[in-house]
Order: sequence, then C-alpha cells, then structure tokens
Amino acid sequence: MPFVAQQMVNALQLGSIYALIALGYTLVYGVLRLINFAHGDIFMVGAFFSFFAAAVLGLPFLPTLLASMAATALLGVMIERLAYRPLRHAPRVSAVITALGVGLFLEHFTLASVGAQPRLMPPLIASAVYQAGPVRVTTVQLVIFLVALLLMLILDRFVNRTLTGMAMRAVSWDKSVVPLMGISVDRIIALTFAIGSGLAAAGGLLYATAYPVIEPYMGVLVGWKAFVAAVVGGIGVIRGAMLGAFVLGGAEVLVAAFLPSTYRDFIAFGLLLLLLIFRPQGILGRREVQKV
Amino acid sequence: MSLLEVRGLRVHYGPIQALHGIDLVVEEGEIVTLIGANGAGKTTTLRAISRLVPPSGGTIRFAGVDLTQLPPHQVVALGVSHVPEGRGIFANLTVLENLLLATYGRRDRARVHQDLERVFALFPRLGERKGQLAGTLSGGEQQMLAVGRALMTRSRLMLLDEPSMGLAPVLVEEIFATLAAINREGTTLLLVEQNAHQALKLAHRGYVLETGRIQTAGPAAALAQDPQVRQAYLGG
Repeated sequence: MPFVAQQMVNALQLGSIYALIALGYTLVYGVLRLINFAHGDIFMVGAFFSFFAAAVLGLPFLPTLLASMAATALLGVMIERLAYRPLRHAPRVSAVITALGVGLFLEHFTLASVGAQPRLMPPLIASAVYQAGPVRVTTVQLVIFLVALLLMLILDRFVNRTLTGMAMRAVSWDKSVVPLMGISVDRIIALTFAIGSGLAAAGGLLYATAYPVIEPYMGVLVGWKAFVAAVVGGIGVIRGAMLGAFVLGGAEVLVAAFLPSTYRDFIAFGLLLLLLIFRPQGILGRREVQKV
Repeated sequence: MSLLEVRGLRVHYGPIQALHGIDLVVEEGEIVTLIGANGAGKTTTLRAISRLVPPSGGTIRFAGVDLTQLPPHQVVALGVSHVPEGRGIFANLTVLENLLLATYGRRDRARVHQDLERVFALFPRLGERKGQLAGTLSGGEQQMLAVGRALMTRSRLMLLDEPSMGLAPVLVEEIFATLAAINREGTTLLLVEQNAHQALKLAHRGYVLETGRIQTAGPAAALAQDPQVRQAYLGG
C-alpha cells in the first residue's frame, strides 16, 4: 500500500504537467473547434524560453516562470494571428494541416537556432525530500503540484467568474452572436491562445524541472499525451482536461510500477482507447450538438 | 438628423444579390416595422445594419456615424443592439451570465446593476431563473432573455428579428406588450416580422420588402388598410 501511495505522488507530478498542456488543447478547441497540433511544440518552446531565462539570464524560479509564460503567450498570439486567423473561414482540413505545419516549423526553427544537442536545465529548486507518513515527496514534486494547482484554480476562476471568461464560453457556444454583445471575437480568440500557450510554457518549465534534459523534439510525445488527456477528459471541457491529465498520469505511473516500463505507453494508451470506445465524448464531455 | 438612415443598401451573398438598394429611415423614439415574405431580405437588412454581413454598396448612418466600415462589436458600442433570428442565446451560460455578457463593452459599470433590475422588472421570470442555464428555458423565456440582453447593452436603437417566431399567441401578446413598454421608456425599435398583423398594430410606420426592394412604405395604420398589403401579408 505505501508503494501505491508513493506511485500516486508520482502520478500527481506527471498529471500536473499533462494538465497544464492539455488545457491549451481544450481551450483552443473550445473557441475554434480546431485541434492545435502545434501545441506540443509550443510547450517545447516554452521549455526553451525557461532554459534561456534560467541558464543564460540566471533568473530564479518565479521570474523564469513568468518570463517564459509571457514570451510563450506572445508566441501563441502570433501563431494565431499569422497562421490560423487567415484560415478562419477555410475548410477545417486546411487549418489542421496548417497546425501540423506550424508544429514542424517550431521544431525545426528551434533545431536550426539552438542545435540538436540536448540542453541541461539548471536546477532552480533546492532539492530536499520530505517524509509524509509512508510517502516521500521532493520539493520539486511539491513545487510542480502547487504551481499547476494554483494556475488551474486561477484559470477556473477566470473562466467561470469574469466577463472575459464568460465571453470565452460564449464564443465556444456560438461565435456568430458574440459580436452582438459588443465583444470582438478576434480578441477573445487571441486571448485564448495567449492563455493556452502561457500554461504550456508553465508546463514546459515544470517538465524541465522534473526531467531536466530539453531538446527540440521533446514536445512531440508529451504533446500527444496531453492531447489524449484532453480528449479522454472531454475536449472543450476545461475541468475535463485537468481530470483526463491525472487519469493519464495515473495510468502511466501504475503500468510502469507493475509491468516492464516499455509497456507503459502501450498499455496506458490502450486503456484510454478502450475508455473512448465506451465514452467517445470523454469523461466530462457532452455530445456535440451539430448545428446547421 | 434621423437616428438611422439607410441609403441604397445592397448586399450580396456570393453571386446572389439579396438587397437591391434599400432606403429606410428610423426617427428617434419610433417603432418601425419591416414586413415581407420569407426571403424578401428582412433579416439581411438587419444583419447589414449591425454589420454581421458586409454591405456591397450604399450607406448606413446611425446618429450621423457611418457604420459600413465598422466591425460589429463597435456598432453595439455606438448604441445599436440586435436581437437575432432564433434568439441566439448562449445555452451554456446562465441567464444572469447571458445578461452580464451584453455589458462587456460598456464603461458605465456602476449602472449595470440598475439595468439588471430593470430587465428583471420587465421580465420577472428571468429574475426567478437567473441562476439557471439559459438552455433550460422555454422558447418564450429565451426570447425574453434575448430582448433583456439587448437592453443590457443600453442601446438607443434595438433591431428585432422575428421576436414572435415559434411562440404561442399569448406569449406573442406578452412580448409585444413589453416591446411597447421598452419603446415608451425611450428605446427606438426596428422590428422585422412575418406576423405582419401584430407588427403593424405595434409600429408607427412600416416598410414592405419584396425580393430585396422596398415595395411600399407608410404609417402602420395605412399599411394595415392597404388592399395589396392586406391581400399579401394579412390574409385578405
């Protein structure tokens, strides 16, 4: 039992990071009905921004977090403005292909500008281990969990309690009526990209804090997993993305704990595919009502 | 200067021309109705005024300001609200959130509460259901919410697209009575209706639209007596 409890701590760490990334998929899907396939690479760029802030500028943890979130939010807004907005009324498939293209662009732009060799993230959190009953928790795990939790609480409150959050939900229901409320849909969409990308950057820093090797392709697999987490939770549903991320983190950690770790992704994804067969809209998802 | 002045308004949907040069004037304080058959261009006229569709020609002046180059959210900020066809309420938001959302562009935050009270006084049922998701409202209540939302923008001119659609006759009476009250309190109304009988009873003046052109115009009472209008839109 202590063993399982320990694994749950590890699952919380992994789930926290997945959740921050999954939120970006689900937020953008909510307002645009677009799977932003570049999002995993935005996460990667966020990790690199964090690396530069920490290793080159020598910033401590909190300024690194804020600088990286701000820079990546700006990147997200630019991507939306330059790549997606011109395709707002184009066939859905054009936007999807563009998203894939933006992802490849980010990977290879990073590769070309910083090189292929992996970088080592300097440790920003003094490492210490706490014994809480049967469970060992490191400061790194604590920071990851608390930062992710805090950001998710802020987001949840923002989306549910502020006028701008209401506007985001309204855009996700019916974009065509939103301008009649005196709201610029373009601005809400840009803001959504900023928030999603900023959260991905936070995920990037936390990921690099836990697994301090960063390289231009690190966003691919992590991005896919966060995407799966968003779908499992119910794409477009914010709390679903958080839940799905912890379910996925838990599944991965438990499989790795009891079976050879090469089975981890295979079994974890298999379980999720099964779940989607029985609940295609995801755990908290609603069935999409097709509007003509 | 008239509150709304539309001159030579033309709208194309791709190669199809929906409006062939509409001239229309609404004075401050009036209720003006636009009647006509399905597909005559009534909805398109409203959508062009609120800039949901781009005009391909002509001018639209509201309180002297040309609307043709503005994005729709700025038209709202100038004082034009639009209750769209099919109500367009946000079913995933509560009644209260729907109403508050319409104040997004307003700077006079202090008056929002007072305006909410006004909407709840006009539509007590919205007040009773303010915490409920708007999607759970009945059709009539949704229409009230759509009108309430337009009120929350504090507009001088309210465009209404078929507020009677799909409602039981008793509810239509109720909505129209409320529209009359809203107008008495100072809001100018431009009302599109298929229910020409009700619309002409409420309005001061009317325009009859046919295949994208104004066919007839005049005081509502005169239009209601016009043999051609009676024949075509009032069932003889």
